[in-house]
Formats: sequence, C-alpha cells, structure tokens
Amino acid sequence: MAIVIEAEGLTKRFGGTQALAGVDISAESGQVLALLGPNGAGKTTIVRVLSTLLKPDSGRASICGYDVESEAVQVRQLIALTGQYASVDDELTGTENLIMICRLLGMSRPAARSRAREMLARFDLADAASRAVKTYSGGMRRRLDLAASLLGEPEVLFLDEPTTGLDPRGRSQMWDTIREVLAGGATVLLTTQYLEEADELADKIAVIDHGNVVASGTPTDLKARIGSQTLQVRAADRTYTQQVADAVALVIGAQPDISADTGLVTSTIKDPALLPAVVRLLDDLGIVAAELALRLPSLDEVFLTLTGHPADEMDAEAPAHDGRAA
Amino acid sequence: MTSQVTNAYAGPVPALTGPAGRPGREVRRRIGVGQGLANGLTLAWRNVTQLKHSPEKLMDVTLMPIVFLVLFLYVFGGVVAGSTHAYLELLLPGLVGQMAMFASMGLGTALCEDIHKGVFDRFRSLPVARSAPLLGAVLGDTVRFCVVMAVLTGFGSALGFRFHTSPLAIVAAYALAYVFYLAMCWVSVLVGLVAPSPETVQGISFIWTMPLVFGSSVLLSNTSTMPGWLQAWVKVNPVTHLADSVRALTIGGPVGTHVLYTLAWVAGIVLVTFPLAMRMYRRRV
Repeated sequence: MAIVIEAEGLTKRFGGTQALAGVDISAESGQVLALLGPNGAGKTTIVRVLSTLLKPDSGRASICGYDVESEAVQVRQLIALTGQYASVDDELTGTENLIMICRLLGMSRPAARSRAREMLARFDLADAASRAVKTYSGGMRRRLDLAASLLGEPEVLFLDEPTTGLDPRGRSQMWDTIREVLAGGATVLLTTQYLEEADELADKIAVIDHGNVVASGTPTDLKARIGSQTLQVRAADRTYTQQVADAVALVIGAQPDISADTGLVTSTIKDPALLPAVVRLLDDLGIVAAELALRLPSLDEVFLTLTGHPADEMDAEAPAHDGRAA
Repeated sequence: MTSQVTNAYAGPVPALTGPAGRPGREVRRRIGVGQGLANGLTLAWRNVTQLKHSPEKLMDVTLMPIVFLVLFLYVFGGVVAGSTHAYLELLLPGLVGQMAMFASMGLGTALCEDIHKGVFDRFRSLPVARSAPLLGAVLGDTVRFCVVMAVLTGFGSALGFRFHTSPLAIVAAYALAYVFYLAMCWVSVLVGLVAPSPETVQGISFIWTMPLVFGSSVLLSNTSTMPGWLQAWVKVNPVTHLADSVRALTIGGPVGTHVLYTLAWVAGIVLVTFPLAMRMYRRRV
C-alpha cells in the first residue's frame, strides 16, 4: 500500500516552547492514524503542519507524495480539515455554510446547492438546514464541520479532536458518523485525548508526548504494551460484595480493591480472558452482578506506563522538552 | 440514505492511487487569477449574507452619520459659518470623507474575530487563492460604505443640503470616496492582522484615525487660525484632499489638484498596505 501521509523529523518552536521535537509519522492509503496525547503535546501542531497552515522549523512532510511546503497548492486539493473548535461560520445557516465551501471548491451554484442538501441529509441536519449555526448543539456543529470537510471528497481527512467537549451520547453519535465516513476509504489522521476513542476508530496509534512520538503501533500492540486493563464488578445485592471480591481474588490471584461507598470491586488484570472466568464463577455461586466491565486504561495510565510520568498538560512557560531520552 | 453514503465515497481508493502514492484525480499546480477573483466574490457573499442575518451589525454605520451631522452642524454651525444652513454645505462633503474613514474601521475587528474563531483556518486549508479571504472581506464590506453614504446624504438632504453640480460630478465625488475607503480598508485589515485580540483592534484604530479625521479640513475649510505645524499636517493629510475634492465635486468650486493628491495617496496606501497585509496574513494565520 502506498504511503499517503508522511512526516520526517518535524520540529517547531514557539518562543520558549518546543512544540515538536522531531516527529516521524506515516499512514498508508485508507488507514486511520490516531495521534494520542494530552493537551499541548503537539498533536494540533502536527495537524497544522500537515494541512499546510504552519511551516515547520525543520523536517519535511508530504501528503500523497506532495510536499506540504513547496507543493501546498496541490496538497490543499487533496485534504480536508475539521478544527478542534469547529470552524464553521456561526452567523450563517447550515446550508449557507456548505454552499460557501462548495463554491470555494469551484462547484457551480446549482451543484453547490444540491450537494449541500445531500450532505445535510446524510449528516442528519436537514431539519436544521436553514437555522443559523449559532443555534446548533455542540454535536450538530461537529457534524456540520465534518460534512463541510467531506464536500470535496478528500483523499486525506484531518480530524482534530472531533469529540472533545461532547457529552458521552454526543461522542458515541460522532463515532458512528466517523465510522460511516471511514467506510468510504479515505486516509484519516485523528487526534484525541482518549485511548478509548483511538481504540474505537484507529488502525494505528502514535502516542505523542512533549512533541515526540513516544510509542506507536496498532491498538492491540499498544494495549499489550500497556498490559493492564481494569475489571470492575458490582453485586446487585450489596451484601454479596465480599463474596464478589473473593471470587475475583480467586480467579485473578490478587486481592481486588473494594469501594465501601459504591460496592464496586476493582482489579487490574493483564489477561482479558479472565473476564469470562469471573463471569462463570459468579454464575456458579449464584451471584447477580449489577455491573461487570473491562475498562481500557485511561490516558494517565497509558502515559504512566509508556513515559513514567502522568499525562501532564504542557505549561506554556516551562521548557517543553526536558532533555529526557525519548 | 445508505446508498447516498456509498455514493459519496464510491471511489475505490486503491484504484485512485497512482504510482508514487499520488491520487488518480487531477491536481492543479496553481490557482488562476480568475478563480482567485471568484473565491473572493464567494467570500464577499459570505459577509453580505452575515449582514442579512444580523442587520444590527449595520447600526454603527446607520447612526454614526446622523449623530455626527446633527452634533457638528448645531454645535459649530453658527461659529464657523454664521448659520447652520451655510455650514451644512461645507460640513456634509467633509463628512463624506470622514465617514469613508470610519466605516472602514469595522473590518479589522471582524477579520480578527474570524481568525480567532478558526474560520480562516478552514479557508486556508482549501484550494483557494491566498488573497481570497482578504479580498472577500474588503469587497463584502462595501455594503457598509453604501449604507453610511446613503444615510449621510439622505439625512443631510432632509436637513436642507442641495447638490450644485452635474450628476456626473456627484458620482465622481462618491466614487473617489469609495476608492479612498477601499484603501483605508487595507489599513484596517493590517491592523486586524497585527492586533492580538478583536477587542484591541478598536483601540488601535481609534488612535490612528483621530489625527487623520480631525487634523483635516473636514470640519472647516479655513485653516489659517491653526498653528503652523498643524497647518502643514492638514495640508498633506489625505482626508483634507478627499474632503476638498468632494466639496468641489458636489457644491462647486475649483477641484484643483485635490483629486490627483487623493488618488496619489490611495495608490501609495494600497502599495504599502496590501503587500504588508498579505505578508502578515501568511505569517499570522
């Protein structure tokens, strides 16, 4: 498969802050690459360089073989960008926003109008089509932003934190929408602060910390490297909490944590296959679980494992690159 | 719905991808001038559509000429020209120059807001001409010029102002004011690009417009009582030349070299601010 997104040794400094400290990433045609990291790790800077909005201090990057600096005109014909702060025009209606982008892409007026109508329907915005965007909910704005990005049928799509700030329901709706888009086969670069999101959507994850790629691989690789997941069980009848804890201890071989308040029994497990074993044992004991889940590690846990420090948000004043061997 | 989803992305990606990872689709190497102009017009349409949705944005250019005309006319009229009626003939053409200046100030703020909201990031990631977003902003702002001039002239006529020249001369007067306005828009664009936040744009604009607007012949044609240094400033001030040109073209009198000076200023301002604005734009956004 051909390499579609490629970056080598990208560096960028903003005043005293090293935003990018030599970033190498690549994605093949049709792949979804997720950049995972906390605020200020450099994810958005990478997206801005790859989408021709920002020149790197050194290093090179290309989209479909076109250099993002010297062949920016060509690159812009192949990409589409959805910003972290949905970059649609608040004052215009949904239809007007999409018609404007279509016209900028060189479509005729009737073509722009019908394409706008088609995309608004596809993204479940037909009812809100003639309302000003400032009256939209957060989720609707993100959907319109995504619709705007897809008008030109881009080869490469940048999704910069597509679900940040959305409630859990909005987030899972957005994931469904993104999955639909992914089925079309475009190459996607996604940035996110949630391992769960990267796991749901991406083929490949690059973990970004202080402007460096500190780990990369498939979600499965990465989860294997992080190793642990969290098992949570809660008995329907609180009086059985201790029995649940004993059952978990028996299967896992270590004493779980018990929350006295919620009756939640929590344990770190390395082998997901232990989950069915716990289920079987509880079933044999006749204990009904009100809650039983295997949770992915949080971003903090990922960072603790991969970098030895939690996912701290970068302080603008502090030197970002602390000289630690990456 | 489902079939639409497949249609929109029907392109089988491997087939579209050429040898070196390049897509099979046609990729242009540059953006032509014609397309750049079309892009600029589309973005001007955007600004005009915004105004259509929230006409309150035109409140400043609607009320400003009325307030200024009434205040200056009745405060200074008797002192400067003996009567308000005589002063109106002098004042209204002067205000045409002043309003051309003030109306251009809103552009910088609007532009700075667009940049902060990330709207410009989208424009810049699209295959549109580099200058299109700025060109569109300036062209779209023409609505504000038209409103301010219509209100000023209409209200002035209601107060008793009459043109004494040919329709052609009158058209030339407003055309000159418009050309000057366009030049001032580029200054406003530059301020909008340099200012750290939309709130500061207004403050900065206030500082540079005041000496131009009031250190001029807008409010009085006789400058002999001013100190020498101020007279010298008034004489070179482009707003003076514009106001005097408009006076001659609307109420009569010798046009002299004022029109030429105004046009020279316009050319000078655009030659300096346009490339500077484009450079700042590339660096800033």
